[in-house]
Amino acid sequence: MSITGQSQNRMDVTFAELREKGETALIPFLTVGDPDPQTTVDIIVELQAAGAHILELGVPYSDPLADGPVIQRASQRSLTHQVTIDTCLEVAEQARSRGVIMPFILFTYYNPILQYGLDRFFEQMQRYDISGMIIPDLPVEESEEMRRRSRAAGVSLVPLVAPTSEERIASILDGAQGFVYCVSSLGVTGERASFHNNVEQFIRNVKANTDLPVAVGFGISSHEQVRQFSEFCDGVVVGSAIVRQIESQIPLLTDPERKAEGLLQIRNFVSDLIGPK
Amino acid sequence: MTTLPDAKGRFGDFGGRYVPETLMNALIELEESYRKYAADDEFNAEVNYLLKEYSGRETPLYYAERLTEQLGGPKIYLKREDLNHTGAHKINNAIGQGVLAKRMGKKKVIAETGAGQHGVATATVAALLGLECKVFMGEEDIKRQQLNVFRMNMLGAEVIPVTSGSRTLKDAGNEALRYWVSNVDDTFYILGSAVGPHPYPMMVRNFQRVIGDETRRQILEKENRLPHTVVAAIGGGSNAIGMFYPFVEDKEVRLIGVEAAGRGIDTPLHAATMSLGTKGVFQGSMSYLLQDQHGQVQEAHSISAGLDYPGVGPEHSYLKDIERAQYVPITDQEALDALKLLCRTEGIIPALESAHAIAHTVKLAKEMTSDQLLVICLSGRGDKDVESIMRYEREGSL
Repeated sequence: MSITGQSQNRMDVTFAELREKGETALIPFLTVGDPDPQTTVDIIVELQAAGAHILELGVPYSDPLADGPVIQRASQRSLTHQVTIDTCLEVAEQARSRGVIMPFILFTYYNPILQYGLDRFFEQMQRYDISGMIIPDLPVEESEEMRRRSRAAGVSLVPLVAPTSEERIASILDGAQGFVYCVSSLGVTGERASFHNNVEQFIRNVKANTDLPVAVGFGISSHEQVRQFSEFCDGVVVGSAIVRQIESQIPLLTDPERKAEGLLQIRNFVSDLIGPK
Repeated sequence: MTTLPDAKGRFGDFGGRYVPETLMNALIELEESYRKYAADDEFNAEVNYLLKEYSGRETPLYYAERLTEQLGGPKIYLKREDLNHTGAHKINNAIGQGVLAKRMGKKKVIAETGAGQHGVATATVAALLGLECKVFMGEEDIKRQQLNVFRMNMLGAEVIPVTSGSRTLKDAGNEALRYWVSNVDDTFYILGSAVGPHPYPMMVRNFQRVIGDETRRQILEKENRLPHTVVAAIGGGSNAIGMFYPFVEDKEVRLIGVEAAGRGIDTPLHAATMSLGTKGVFQGSMSYLLQDQHGQVQEAHSISAGLDYPGVGPEHSYLKDIERAQYVPITDQEALDALKLLCRTEGIIPALESAHAIAHTVKLAKEMTSDQLLVICLSGRGDKDVESIMRYEREGSL
């Protein structure tokens, strides 16, 4: 367990290494507990084998208002197993015990953290070696205490910047840590064919305002899109497309005889996203 | 008091703006536009014109003589919001926000609805102002409220069935927010209750305070003194905050919000957010909330679709914490009994929501005296509920 954590954040190290090699981080997202916590551990092992660099662990929530239908359904499936923040931490620990070394960040709405208790939350984030968190319903105006505590704990509160942020960008990036998450387009999470007009200009503008790595997410679902964004982003987040892939493999994943086959499908899907080097 | 919310949209600990970054500029723009127009004589003249000539305000403050006699307690007045156009107080806010949308140059409006009252009010105002209207409504509620769905369609609105979560009001609110995130450039969200991210709780209160402002003036005209007690039903709390707000500084006036206890607060089937909820963040603001220990929002239950909501407006949570208002639960059965009582004593069929306020008045009457004045906010008429009540009587449930 890291006490100060400041310079040891696993995610910062990963981004620094990738930057040196001139590579872009592939950042998959999954909802922990979909279809069940044990299978989530198995999937995480596959994601690392497929070449993922950083993993977003989604904490299921009853009212995920930033999410589209795919992740909403995953949340509902997960909640049938009573998955909590503690479950997510245990899943992370089990994945580590199976040799997963990529950094983890929690993706969670604010209310579950509030009810968990902020003191305990940051203690556990350190204890379980979670590098950061993304809180989609906590804009900078409401985040003062979380920012202060995350700095003290060496756990990054990853800020979200949207195409509509405009003059807010400077205040959002002021004192930010980890990386900057650019929302590719207006709307909720979910695959889409087109992005905001001038998304490249938007992301370049964000990059000009920060030294932090800049990742893009929301709606990225194909190798072609990953490749395209990799040209000017330090990281690419793929969420709903992976969750949809997991959803489509549920018949296999929940059948002990064919589970390995389902896991392989997911691994191949993620390998294909990254594509040949 | 009158200065709240503060610059961050806070009523004490409650309120704020917990939304995706994509919406932040839209909310800031909305707040700036609202503040600008709220100080604009022409804007206020247009809103007041529509409230008067279109909705029929002011609504009467009616002395319910037979109910008073029957209960043998305080002298009871009913603030007749049921006599508004479309049959409930919801139109006050829909007119205000609709005119604001038009002034802001938005051609499209969206709304969430539970029972359909706010949906109907928004569809009505959209038709009147020539705005395109989409109403999000849970699939469960669509089944329960076919008539209101048809009514909205007749008014030219598109009703969008919501199939996520529990398929009721809270999910309709989530879906309206999701739609707004995607269409924030050209769409105005007409939120129906005193909930949601800042500036909605403030704005809805200010568009609804006409209820309390009129009541205060009317009771002074009729009785030359303020009421001892004011009672209003509370789900999200828009009629209650509109009624309470002008009385908040009158410390001698007791303010009581009546929430839905459903089958009883000792059962899991209730909507008693104030009695049993804890502080949390839900649909954009910090307030009391029905949730489990892990912060998952729980489903509410009430015979009244308008009170069937696990959250509550942040200003009510504040009024509870500073002990300026009290909040009490009333069960489905108590509300039904009160509904029938008002039908038979006064020839008024109240909405099931308003019946909760009447039911608590029945309890209060026993400890009050004939020289005291009590005002009930009769927030809506009960025509919409007749079918549900019939079903409830026949099958013992909704």
